[in-house]
Amino acid sequence: MLGAILALCAIGLFQIYSATGGDGRHVTQMYGIAVGLVALVVCLTIDYRSLTDKSLFIYLAVVGLLIFVLFFGVVRGGSRRWIDLGPLNLQPSEFAKATLALVLAKFLGDSRRGAIMRGDLVIAGAIAAVPLLIIARQPDLGTAVTLIPVLFAVAFVAGMPMRIFGILAVVALLGAPIAYKFALQDYQRERVQTFLDPEADARGAGYQQLQARITTGSGGLWGKGFQKGTQGQLRFLPVAHNDFIFSVLAEEHGFAGVMVALGLYLFVILRSLESARLAKDRLGAYLVVGVLASFSFQVVYNIMMAAGLAPVKGLTLPLMSYGGSSMIATLAGFGLILNVRMRRFTN
Amino acid sequence: MAVAEDRRRVGTRLVILQVAAVIMFAALGICFWVLQIVQGTKYEEMAENNHQRTLSLRAPRGVLFDRNGKVLVENRNSFTVSIIREHTKDMNRTIGLLAKVTGVDEKQVKQIVDRHRGEPSYRPIVVIEDASLAQVAALSARRLDFELPDVRVEEVPTRKYPTDAMAAHLFGYVGEASDAQVEAGAAAQGSIIGQQGVERAYNRLLMGEDGAKRVVVNSTGREISTIDEIAPTEGRRVQLTLDYDLQKAAEEGFRRAGFNGAALIMDPRNGEVLTYVSLPSYDPNDFASGIDRTTWASLNTDKLKPLQNRVLQGRYSPGSTFKIVVATAALEEGLVTPDFKVNCPGGANFFGRYYKCHLKGGHGVVDMRHAIEKSCNVYFYTLGNMLGVDRIYKWAERLGLAGKTGIDLPNEQESIVPNTAWKQKRTGEKWYPGETISVSIGQGQVSVTPASLAEMITTVANGGTRVTPHVIKAIDEGQGWRPVPARAVADRVAFRPETLAALHDGLWMVVNANGTGGRARIMGRDVAGKTGTAQVISNEGKARAKGTGADLRDHGWFVFFAPKDNPELAGAIFAEHGEHGYLGAPIAKHVIETYFAKKDGQPLPKLPPLPGEAPPEQDPDTPGLLDDAVATVAVR
Repeated sequence: MLGAILALCAIGLFQIYSATGGDGRHVTQMYGIAVGLVALVVCLTIDYRSLTDKSLFIYLAVVGLLIFVLFFGVVRGGSRRWIDLGPLNLQPSEFAKATLALVLAKFLGDSRRGAIMRGDLVIAGAIAAVPLLIIARQPDLGTAVTLIPVLFAVAFVAGMPMRIFGILAVVALLGAPIAYKFALQDYQRERVQTFLDPEADARGAGYQQLQARITTGSGGLWGKGFQKGTQGQLRFLPVAHNDFIFSVLAEEHGFAGVMVALGLYLFVILRSLESARLAKDRLGAYLVVGVLASFSFQVVYNIMMAAGLAPVKGLTLPLMSYGGSSMIATLAGFGLILNVRMRRFTN
Repeated sequence: MAVAEDRRRVGTRLVILQVAAVIMFAALGICFWVLQIVQGTKYEEMAENNHQRTLSLRAPRGVLFDRNGKVLVENRNSFTVSIIREHTKDMNRTIGLLAKVTGVDEKQVKQIVDRHRGEPSYRPIVVIEDASLAQVAALSARRLDFELPDVRVEEVPTRKYPTDAMAAHLFGYVGEASDAQVEAGAAAQGSIIGQQGVERAYNRLLMGEDGAKRVVVNSTGREISTIDEIAPTEGRRVQLTLDYDLQKAAEEGFRRAGFNGAALIMDPRNGEVLTYVSLPSYDPNDFASGIDRTTWASLNTDKLKPLQNRVLQGRYSPGSTFKIVVATAALEEGLVTPDFKVNCPGGANFFGRYYKCHLKGGHGVVDMRHAIEKSCNVYFYTLGNMLGVDRIYKWAERLGLAGKTGIDLPNEQESIVPNTAWKQKRTGEKWYPGETISVSIGQGQVSVTPASLAEMITTVANGGTRVTPHVIKAIDEGQGWRPVPARAVADRVAFRPETLAALHDGLWMVVNANGTGGRARIMGRDVAGKTGTAQVISNEGKARAKGTGADLRDHGWFVFFAPKDNPELAGAIFAEHGEHGYLGAPIAKHVIETYFAKKDGQPLPKLPPLPGEAPPEQDPDTPGLLDDAVATVAVR
């Protein structure tokens, strides 16, 4: 599994190099991977059980950081997400995901009862809601939304009745138009509209989505070759090294390259779920599922976006996209997963 | 037990998640397969459209040479500034900034852009033609890529005409193809084609073939690299029959004489046009880089009509020069011999009306030669009366005066010489014999272009061969000069020798004896010619129109050929409001002298300094005998 993760990091590195024309950002990314691997090892060495014991403190610390960012963070692109740490910018919201997984696993996994009660669910929901709302205020709706799968995945595995899922689904369906009308900002509404009809506004908001689709589609079977992709190289696709890294991969290495990457991601996900199944306690299983949920959600969503199949959202592709915080947080998350896997026989 | 059950449930739900993940990724795989394999070609094309541009490279038009190989019209490089809307985010901002940087009128740019709104957005819209270096520098300083990514500065070949508007109407001008021309399939949208003169008549030869360049552009429209390039093919080099020195001499002559007008002088042996003047003129260079509205408007509203090509489009009464036609008709129809004599007492009665001669006391008894020399009206009234208008028309047509000359230039007007059928058709009335009397001295409804009058005198000069005037001599299609085959002769009349002798003698006497063309006399060159005056308005009308400011002075004509035997030059000089026909003669003289000086290898003559005011001469061509009914307003 570690091999597959490293392979994905390597693919990402190459595509960043290609998309940025080797301007040094691939080196920064290498540092990110290195630090991430250290974080992975750190997460691996400490027993996950002792980690989850301290999860409440970690959770409070992250929430504190998020609040700090809300007031003192660095503003970029209209939102306050970063803490300036000199060469590296820290994005606390990235770490909120793993933290939430930890605290939820602890809360639900420690529960003595076999199946979870409604009251537990409400508390779990509240635990998830705090960082979610803070992140949404930044505003960074994309990252905020990735917290939701964490909650549901853990709750699902913890035995939340299917009935409640059904009710929530109905509420969500009914609530969507109302939310669309009242809760969303104008630019967000525009993005949704653009998604539904990208060619209506091919120069404006629909541009990225259309270009993403063109970039991916034009790759063909074998792709245009490393650094030969016209869409990415000539900047028709914005932030090609970041949000649209998968489009660049699809363009330069074609369907074949896409299949390799998809296969690696699927392997990582299945393997992680396997670890959850093998975990010696519920705590471990929930932790794995929680960490994996935000990862999988982001992977799937970003890949759909790269193919122009989902509205454009500032969500990175874990393991491949450029970005230190994301890389470190993701690798730390896998540290937790490996941690659970490694300690499946110990007592 | 509870723990085991719990484990099982967790296991089941994890398996569900695993299956869900597999299904999800399979779905993603299918999506990519559809996108990349099934629809791959479509997106590949779209990607190509994204980053590839085909730019047209304008071909330089063919260079025009004079008959001696002197360059007349060539090309220079100029800069055009255009907007490519495809890369425009905010058109108002682009136009505003562009206008500010280059100092052009913002509204005008907006209008140009609006005019081209319907075109594909990747086609550049030219907003500044022939931009100054300062404008180009200002735009470059704005770092085109960042502030004005949708603005392009391009170097294009542009027509360069002689600076002094020489032979402007012969060359014509170029301009962007109009919508009508594009629809007619004559030109591609946005191409520069000949709109007048030689530029239009020989556009196909001169235009060349535009090249194309396929380039890679990035998302801001900046050119990154060139994929391939088809170089433009320059238009054919074309040699005109025009003689630069004679043209210059003629235009100098007009300038010295101080009037506008027209001149067409050709080689009577083959119809090659040597001189082609229409004044006032315009500067074709103004058109070469897209004429601006104010210049265009002022050219169009100018009372002197600088855009009118007087040689082919101006129709005027020929006056006494028409007597040559009447003389030819009478002799060739066998009605009279050159010895036929008429007594001129200063006027004569026809059909109950008295028609005056210009010489009060009369010319006494004159024969054909002297009647031509003195331009005796009574003599030609008599001949005209004997001929009738239809036979006059017949010979006018044979000499090339009626209808078109067939010159290889666009927009030639037909010259009108009346006849009975023509009048019947036009007015529904029959011809009155009295009208013939006016026609026989070139008044009445005779209305001819300078070109057709030049054609008439050419036919008389060469002894009856109606050559077709033409302006193109040779074409270089890449393998050196290839002469253009001689134009078919329109008609050949075998004049009786005594007709020719009488005409040539009479016309020689006009210049070399006691006639009105003495100012064209050159020792040893035997210039022959005839003056004429075309009344713009009758004397009575003139009196009435006094003070209106309209220029009502008569037009003057001088038709000539030289030398008398085996002529090498023949042509017509039209002096607009020149008042006297003989004032055109010095222009002809200067051209003829230049011609022979050049032929003999002598230094070209220079016009003598302006002489002092010469005492006004009595002009025998001014008839002053017309009443309002037959007055000709010759200026259309």
